[in-house]
Amino acid sequence: MTESLDPRIRRADLEASPASSGLKQNEHWETYAIFHQDKRGAAHEFVGIVHAPDPELALVFAKEQFGRRKKTVNLWAVRSSDIYTFQHEDDDMFSTVPDKNYREASGYPVRKRINKYLFDQKEEEASKA
Amino acid sequence: MYGNAYIEPDSELAAKMAASREEDPEKLAEFEARIARGEKIEPDDWMPAEYRRQLLRMIEQHAHSEIIGALPEGTWITRAPTLRRKLALIAKVQDEVGHGHLLYSAAETLGKSREAMINDLISGKSKYSNIFNYPAKTWADIAVIGFLVDAGAIVNQLANAKGSYGPYCRALERICYEESFHLKQGYDAFVALAVGTPVQREMLQDALNRWWFPPMMHFFGPPDTISVHTEKLMRWKVKMASNEEMRQDFIEQYVPKIWELGMTLPDPALRKDEATGVWEYTQPDWDEFFRVINGDGLCNKERLAVRRYAEENGRWVREALMNPIQKRMVPYA
Repeated sequence: MTESLDPRIRRADLEASPASSGLKQNEHWETYAIFHQDKRGAAHEFVGIVHAPDPELALVFAKEQFGRRKKTVNLWAVRSSDIYTFQHEDDDMFSTVPDKNYREASGYPVRKRINKYLFDQKEEEASKA
Repeated sequence: MYGNAYIEPDSELAAKMAASREEDPEKLAEFEARIARGEKIEPDDWMPAEYRRQLLRMIEQHAHSEIIGALPEGTWITRAPTLRRKLALIAKVQDEVGHGHLLYSAAETLGKSREAMINDLISGKSKYSNIFNYPAKTWADIAVIGFLVDAGAIVNQLANAKGSYGPYCRALERICYEESFHLKQGYDAFVALAVGTPVQREMLQDALNRWWFPPMMHFFGPPDTISVHTEKLMRWKVKMASNEEMRQDFIEQYVPKIWELGMTLPDPALRKDEATGVWEYTQPDWDEFFRVINGDGLCNKERLAVRRYAEENGRWVREALMNPIQKRMVPYA
């Protein structure tokens, strides 16, 4: 190996470091889902994961990865395996009747009915007179 | 940084293509229709085995390129010429490692653990962008890398961000946003030398000569052979543009910026054919490209040795923190 141009790497003495024994499964710990909040009271939004041995370090890593650039007031870390979720392949459970206007304010045209009533009243009075 | 524009071809391709023919035709048709409609494929959606394999390969190589790419640039952190340049370089290198982390996370959603990916990097099984097997000899190299290599990466990553796999696209969106700072600080360092003293210009010209041929001309990979396989990757929106299209796009945008400063590029054939709008250039030595990617470059051994050193010497810390009851799972997104 030619001598490194990086003084830090020359000091590290790579030739003397042990041969790789390979990383074992889980050696980079488990994953935590990170939720980012950009102002007080706003919803925390999922932004990605970090690998960490415990929740405290998950927050430390998350601060570096998800809080170093954009405005951040708070982060949540949740162990990925603690998240309960539906399967997306079952998402048809969320579909209901195609027309859901009975759930909307716009589904109730009250004024139309009142106007018709008032019009009919007026007609009736006119015919009496 | 550093989209690895060139994705190493798949040696087990024939077997996989046979496997893909056995995919459920109904599911495959629905999958292709979704991509044609511009929908994103998400981790728990059905996908052909070959799609998963190709994406994993691409995202994993991209992740490796980010963390290996931090090494040649890190070389100059201790010797940056001013405090501001040093702050910028530290911030950029930190971003690159962060990009590696985001990309490993995206690759993990396809089912491969980060430990397995790093093992494959250290053993040489998995590749990274060839450009980082060249040394950063002077400060001017840092200016040229920050300007041109990041520019090349942006061309590649903006294309890939329109791909079909949701987690990769979302990682690339954030990455491209940070790259715009990398490119601008690189351009700034480049211009500072270009408008500086004769010695500074000479140093910059020397770095340009070394980085243009062969690394930058290798960056996007050899011109694609048009195969059924390439067409399929484009139809599946895994590959978004041909290597040559990206190279042309890069040259078109950045060569004029270099010439404008009176700097030269070491290719007398480099010119734009005004009639066709196509840039002509001398083909680099593609044999060297394959030699270097297979381990025979100036810095391959050092790059992997540093990575191995970090993993081996950090192990006792990781083990001391290990929580024995934890279990591995594939992240949701």
